[in-house]
Amino acid sequence: MWQTPREQWDMSLKIEDNEVDIVIAALRSNLNTFLEEWRTFFSNFHLIIVKDPNLEEDLQIPPGFDHQVYTKSDMDRVLNGASINFSGHSCRYFGYLISRKKYIISIDDDCLPARDNSGVIVDAVAQHISNLQTPATPFFFNTLYDPYRQGADFVRGYPFSLRDGVECLLSSGLWLNIADYDAPTQIVKPHERNTRYVDAVMTVPLRAMMPFSGINIGFNREVLGPALVPGLRLVGEGKQRWETIEDIWSGMCAKVICDHLGCGVKSGLPYVWRGVGSDADNAMDSLKKEWEGVKLMEEIVPFFQSVKFPKTAVTAADCVIEISRMARENLSSLNPVYAQAADTMEAWVDLWKGD
Amino acid sequence: MVSGSSLTSTSTPSTSLLKDELDIVIPTIRNLDFLEMWRPFFQPYHLIIVQDGDPSKMIRVPDGFDYELYNRNDINRILGPKAACISFKDSACRCFGYMISKKKYIFTIDDDCFVAKDPSGKEINALEQHIKNLLSPSTPFFFNTLYDPYREGADFVRGYPFSLREGAQTAVSHGLWLNIPDYDAPTQLVKPLERNTRYVDAVLTVPMRTLFPMCGMNLAFNRELIGPAMYFGLMGDGQPIGRYDDMWAGWCMKVICDHLGLGVKTGLPYIWHSKASNPFVNLKKEYKGIYWQEELIPFFQTAVLPKECRTVQTCYLELSKLVKAKLGKVDDYFNKLADAMVTWIEAWDELNPSGNPGSTAAVKPNGAAKGK
Repeated sequence: MWQTPREQWDMSLKIEDNEVDIVIAALRSNLNTFLEEWRTFFSNFHLIIVKDPNLEEDLQIPPGFDHQVYTKSDMDRVLNGASINFSGHSCRYFGYLISRKKYIISIDDDCLPARDNSGVIVDAVAQHISNLQTPATPFFFNTLYDPYRQGADFVRGYPFSLRDGVECLLSSGLWLNIADYDAPTQIVKPHERNTRYVDAVMTVPLRAMMPFSGINIGFNREVLGPALVPGLRLVGEGKQRWETIEDIWSGMCAKVICDHLGCGVKSGLPYVWRGVGSDADNAMDSLKKEWEGVKLMEEIVPFFQSVKFPKTAVTAADCVIEISRMARENLSSLNPVYAQAADTMEAWVDLWKGD
Repeated sequence: MVSGSSLTSTSTPSTSLLKDELDIVIPTIRNLDFLEMWRPFFQPYHLIIVQDGDPSKMIRVPDGFDYELYNRNDINRILGPKAACISFKDSACRCFGYMISKKKYIFTIDDDCFVAKDPSGKEINALEQHIKNLLSPSTPFFFNTLYDPYREGADFVRGYPFSLREGAQTAVSHGLWLNIPDYDAPTQLVKPLERNTRYVDAVLTVPMRTLFPMCGMNLAFNRELIGPAMYFGLMGDGQPIGRYDDMWAGWCMKVICDHLGLGVKTGLPYIWHSKASNPFVNLKKEYKGIYWQEELIPFFQTAVLPKECRTVQTCYLELSKLVKAKLGKVDDYFNKLADAMVTWIEAWDELNPSGNPGSTAAVKPNGAAKGK
């Protein structure tokens, strides 16, 4: 009943560098600036660089990185006819699939390291690892945010039986400069930049849903891998982030699955600096495509609010199959993209299991 | 009761939001010297001082403040037998101030809390931030990863459903503390030197169906929307427990806010908490609470209020029945507490008859995109 002081009972894991792959979706061919800027933080890790199958030019990769490049021919070989579309931002999911490591960290190729409020460059990789190593606390909200951070703790009134926390399976980071807004918001606020560095990591509580952005993430591939699925593609999906919804869909899958498995999702630090190559001026063109995504969210949210898993669903793969079944039953009459998502999710789990 | 009227002052800000609609409730047993530091921010507002402990002691209010002061004799006189629901020798007595107020909003602060500075060195007007929090919507139905979307420089992120972007009315604004953190006794004993030095520049909504430990040190709320739920329980003299007053109020409040579709924010503003209370004294007060809490949390997490309960009072009375039914067997204290909850509502309704703020809260139903 009495909780031993946390210094003695450390429920944290220790994640080694060789347990982590960094997956980079290459939507642009020239990765020189991107990789040079990240070199200090990426150098100890193996990189999986997945080339967007629609990208024709060869990738330019500076020397000195332990890396492997995967292209359309690798995807075709692995897919072996399965109907999964890995083009555009979805190509990173191929990297998640092909990896053999326990943990994945993935950052969009138009993001560079950010600086914190003291001007120090943020090691986003180390922060994601720290988030995944320390427990999450989804069952009760701690008002001082992450209680495992240096200088913080659980506050008065936080039940002792919940202070061990649970394993964190997903770490969702944020972005300075160009925030991850949808197209309508970009149009209304074309000059807004996110300059606020909020020095916190927190667990997203049980049953709280969130708009998961795939731009800057880390996750436990071993447990959660099948949940990060490139299921939902917009008919007009494009290469701008506000023309995609795949990460929002997979994030909602991941969150309901984590809730079901009794594990945690964190949001907050690390920040990356987003802006290299981001084209905020094209928002008006994108609005036509993105509007589809905005409308779909109105159907997607109540759907995920109603998702319930049977007790027999004990793995992420089981849960993904359940979600695909429910999506087919409840959503496919609303829009053909949902039936496609269900197909993709089933094919994804097959691939995952076959590996 | 003692009251004082303001003298002309030259140091007040030119615009003070809600100055005729907000009361500042301060419980004290010591003195009110801390008000000097808050003067530029508090002076335009009316104060309700709730004097705990010995009523014959004279608590001096610094000159220039407009206030009313109630000691135990006043509370007994005004409430008669119902005064038994108001704690004695515990800052929980502050909730008398909520009840006696006639204003729409309340800000409450402890007398060992001072003005903090933000990272740029600027003094923080905590009251102003609370007011901003209360006057802008909350977002309890869907978590926004950029925190408060209504803040300058922020917005809803991609994927946030548009139908939920109006948000919900904000009932409570829960502020934080730099310097002495609000830890329980065991944590204080293990980490006596830890200070909270991290300024987290965020306000966020506590999601629906998520409980949190509400600290009463730096707290504001919309009295009209949620006042009757802010009962701080039976603590202090003659009671088996202390330091769970604000916790109790926070859990009752959150269940009711979730039921009525109201929002609760936490985060900014920070105040500077100067006094570390004695951990051994705290341990004695909290001891039972630490055990009882393990029963309380599942109780609140599973508490279901009937759809017909659409006012705060009816919700609260329903909760008191549940407390008696389910927690009475944990300890007889909860039977007394359940009775005190009923007494509190009776007293509230007597002091705030129909047509006055706090008696009938017209509340919007839950948000549009909720599942069936």
